[in-house]
Amino acid sequence: MAKVVGDIIIDIERCKGCEVCNAACPNDVLEMSQEVNGKGYHYVIKVNADCIGCSNCAVVCPDAVITVYRAKV
Amino acid sequence: MAQTFDRPEIQTPENLVYSKTTCLTDNVMHYCPGCGHGTAHRLVAEVIEEMGIQSETIGVAPVGCSVLAYNYFNFDVQQAAHGRAPAVATAIKRLLPEKYVFTYQGDGDLAAIGTAETIHACNRGENIVIVFINNGIYGMTGGQMAPTTLPGMPTSTSPYGRDVETMGNPLKITEIVAMLPGTHFVTRQAVHTPAAVRKTKKSLRMAFENQKLNKGLSFVEILSNCNSGWKLSPVKANKWMVDNMFPFYELGDLKVNGEMINKD
Ligand SMILES: Cc1ncc(C[n+]2csc(CCOP(=O)(O)OP(=O)(O)O)c2C)c(N)n1
Ligand code: SF4
Ligand code: SF4
Ligand code: SF4
Repeated sequence: MAKVVGDIIIDIERCKGCEVCNAACPNDVLEMSQEVNGKGYHYVIKVNADCIGCSNCAVVCPDAVITVYRAKV
Repeated sequence: MAQTFDRPEIQTPENLVYSKTTCLTDNVMHYCPGCGHGTAHRLVAEVIEEMGIQSETIGVAPVGCSVLAYNYFNFDVQQAAHGRAPAVATAIKRLLPEKYVFTYQGDGDLAAIGTAETIHACNRGENIVIVFINNGIYGMTGGQMAPTTLPGMPTSTSPYGRDVETMGNPLKITEIVAMLPGTHFVTRQAVHTPAAVRKTKKSLRMAFENQKLNKGLSFVEILSNCNSGWKLSPVKANKWMVDNMFPFYELGDLKVNGEMINKD
């Protein structure tokens, strides 16, 4: 059976660290960084490769930070 | 090097399923982290991109946190005096009927100082879309009580909570405009979860499609957090909204195709 895999690109400098996206991720892919971006926010980072490209994170992000890819392998 | 978990083999154009719409500019929005205004802007912009009406759309921005909406929407936007957006939108639509015209207004703008403009534009059935962001508070000016503030809800001007004995009850203006014959589509949605966001986008799409068909006024209320005004983190603010706003401001369609929806 085809497996769905995904990946996201996070535009770190646009991220405001609101954490709304991690709350929406079904696979616990997202956490906040220790470092801060140019605006001083802890930005969101990927902490595993379990993304399924569901777009939940991108859809709830108020700042259009996340680009989503999805493929069947 | 730190592990990035990037999968470059998946990041190809044919696998792209979501990216920022071209109907938003690249300007970073001034909204507080996690504020629903950003999400609502994005949904309006996505609908306009998907309908291919970017060059035919004119938005009317309010006074409130979204006063600078013209910096973010990548199409024409006129900023209106406080509460007057529906009157300005009426004029634009009547002069340029081939354009898609919408207002974007907060609850202080739409349901306090602009109550008359709101009700009369709805009653006249102007062929426009009104996008109404209800966060139950005056965000921009420092979290004062709004007509939409819930009973018991603390704000900077009701620090012990809204006392309905002296301050009156919250105004459900969406229920009021739904009763007016001029409104064609009236709905209340939210932007706190992926499912809610997707539903809100469908409602906005329906609203703009109605305008295309000259159906009259479509009114889309979006419940949204003002986490700064509510003095909660964004995630906690969204939870507070579910627990406190939703029981009072029930989500769902109030009127579709000019027919009231009976919720009982
Ligand atoms: C004529 C006039 N009266 C009052 C104000 C002050 N004022 C600015 S924004 C605002 C209310 C904004 O609240 P809301 O519409 O709920 O928008 P939000 O900021 O919460 O998005 C008020 C009262 C003003 N700018 N102009
Ligand atoms: S696309 Fe879905 S699975 Fe991937 S990070 Fe975002 S929410 Fe998580
Ligand atoms: S929702 Fe957007 S702005 Fe908020 S933490 Fe996630 S990526 Fe950053
Ligand atoms: S004050 Fe409230 S409404 Fe205004 S940007 Fe901040 S969170 Fe949003």
